[in-house]
Amino acid sequence: MRKRKNIEEKFFKSLSGLTTYSLIGILLFIIAVVFYKGFNALSFEMIFKPPEGGYYYGGEGGVLNAIAGSVYIAFGATLIAVFIGIPAALFINIYLNRMKKVQNLFRYLLDALWGIPSIVYGAFGFTLMLFMGLNASLLAGIITVSILITPIVVRTFDDVLCNIPKGLIEASFALGSTKTETAFKILIKQGFSGFITALLLSFGRGIGDAASVLFTAGYTDLIPRNLDEPAATLPLAIFFQLSSPIPVVRERAYAAATVLTIIILSISLVARYISGRNTFSNIK
Amino acid sequence: MYQEVCDNIENLVVEPKVKREEPTTVLKISNLNVNLPNHPILKNINLEVQENKITVLLGPSGCGKTTLLKSINRLTSLTPELKVTGKILIEGEDVLNGRTNIPELRQKMGLLSQRPFPLPFSIYKNIAYGLKLKGVRDKNLIEYNVEKRLREVGLWNEVKDRLNTPASSLSIGQQQRLCLARGLAVKPKIILADEPTSALDPTSSKTIECLLKELKKHYTIILVTHVLRQAVRLADHVVFMYYGEIIEQGEPQELFKHPKTEKLRNYLIDGN
Ligand SMILES: Nc1ncnc2c1ncn2[C@@H]1O[C@H](COP(=O)(O)OP(=O)(O)O)[C@@H](O)[C@H]1O
Ligand SMILES: [Mg+2]
Repeated sequence: MRKRKNIEEKFFKSLSGLTTYSLIGILLFIIAVVFYKGFNALSFEMIFKPPEGGYYYGGEGGVLNAIAGSVYIAFGATLIAVFIGIPAALFINIYLNRMKKVQNLFRYLLDALWGIPSIVYGAFGFTLMLFMGLNASLLAGIITVSILITPIVVRTFDDVLCNIPKGLIEASFALGSTKTETAFKILIKQGFSGFITALLLSFGRGIGDAASVLFTAGYTDLIPRNLDEPAATLPLAIFFQLSSPIPVVRERAYAAATVLTIIILSISLVARYISGRNTFSNIK
Repeated sequence: MYQEVCDNIENLVVEPKVKREEPTTVLKISNLNVNLPNHPILKNINLEVQENKITVLLGPSGCGKTTLLKSINRLTSLTPELKVTGKILIEGEDVLNGRTNIPELRQKMGLLSQRPFPLPFSIYKNIAYGLKLKGVRDKNLIEYNVEKRLREVGLWNEVKDRLNTPASSLSIGQQQRLCLARGLAVKPKIILADEPTSALDPTSSKTIECLLKELKKHYTIILVTHVLRQAVRLADHVVFMYYGEIIEQGEPQELFKHPKTEKLRNYLIDGN
């Protein structure tokens, strides 16, 4: 009996270890491949110059247009998503507490929104754009991506709020805080690391998504200077260059992918640092 | 150590209260009923709480002691399923039915829960928080109050050099005293203490007990406990609850020596 349990124990330990290590291994492998293929083409010019004439046939220039466009769109959309999503999460969590059914319905709907493929958002954004009389532009891209990522912000932060100890909430009310004070002074502070996670997830999804910006942000070799100008994005830059028959251009696709990966990795490092500093005073 | 705390507090008592002949009722509960949709939690509770006394709520767990406390400061409204009816008067103000400003009402009471829940701030800010809610902006006044409250709970000497460290870095006993100090900062009338020592080690428990004894000079205390000895040590008035009802109440000596009901007698026998 004892022996069987030991074997069982060992078996599951190795199995779970195996899955974990292979996951990490695959991740590292992906990064290694992208970096390896990308670093050859990666140059100062690639990062700091927009495409020049004949760039897509191997000519001079870089992908600064796409880097700028992607960063603008992801930042803009994340900003909007936070301003809509955080109050929404607080509302669902605190104010809808008296109506469990509505609360659950909302959560279900938001989960469903999270699961909708981004091309659907792209199509929706396209319709919205036409309806509002917008052209493919930075603004249309930001709006579409913010619709895509707001559910992520809401649900992630909502989950964080659910894990805050009930006793802390009671303590806050007992001291005479209103609901608003409890939400914005206590819960946001206690849930700060979750807030950062929500931000990170949505930013990552926003900067990496191609389908939602395909029709809405458009593509251009220029760096957008206004909200109503079209904007290039890194995922699309990768897509266009990767489908080129010219090997040099395909290599540049990997360089663009490397840039995208580095942006995401550095954003998450910064976010982790910030959230680490802020969770220090949290109560468990 | 707890002797030291007691001495500290003794020094703080500036003006000993003049003994009044008639006890003043601070809190009056009449016909309080708390129900869940399918079963009652509190049944027809009638209770008067006297000023500057420790009223102990005693009873087996699940009998509704916490619910009674939460009805008094209306934390019950966080649980929408609970239906609370009856009358609770605090200094003549109707807690349940009147058009009361609930945050203001809650500041008349300081809550000490079973486990300390410090706010996710520094030690200093934990105490300053309630003052800021009250609209106090004067830095000096806040600083003065932080020190005063920390001294009141005998924590000042232990934390005066690290007021800006997170409250969560304190030991659990210190956290509980911090939570007490935090509650005192808003100048409550009543302290609601819900088994405040049940998560603490014996030394910290003694410190809290001693504090409560001292604090009753300035505050009215309702203490929930299921530790019989604690009740004997601290109570001025004992309320014995059983399955949502008050079975017996009275002076501790009388009640513990000559329990009138079978239920209390059994409870006392099991407790000893
Ligand atoms: N929010 C709630 N939902 C369901 N049952 C509850 C809730 N609050 C209290 N109760 C029930 O009410 C009874 C009294 O609980 P409580 O006041 O915590 O007792 P005590 O503090 O004396 O141990 C228990 O049977 C408990 O299950
Ligand atoms: Mg209880």
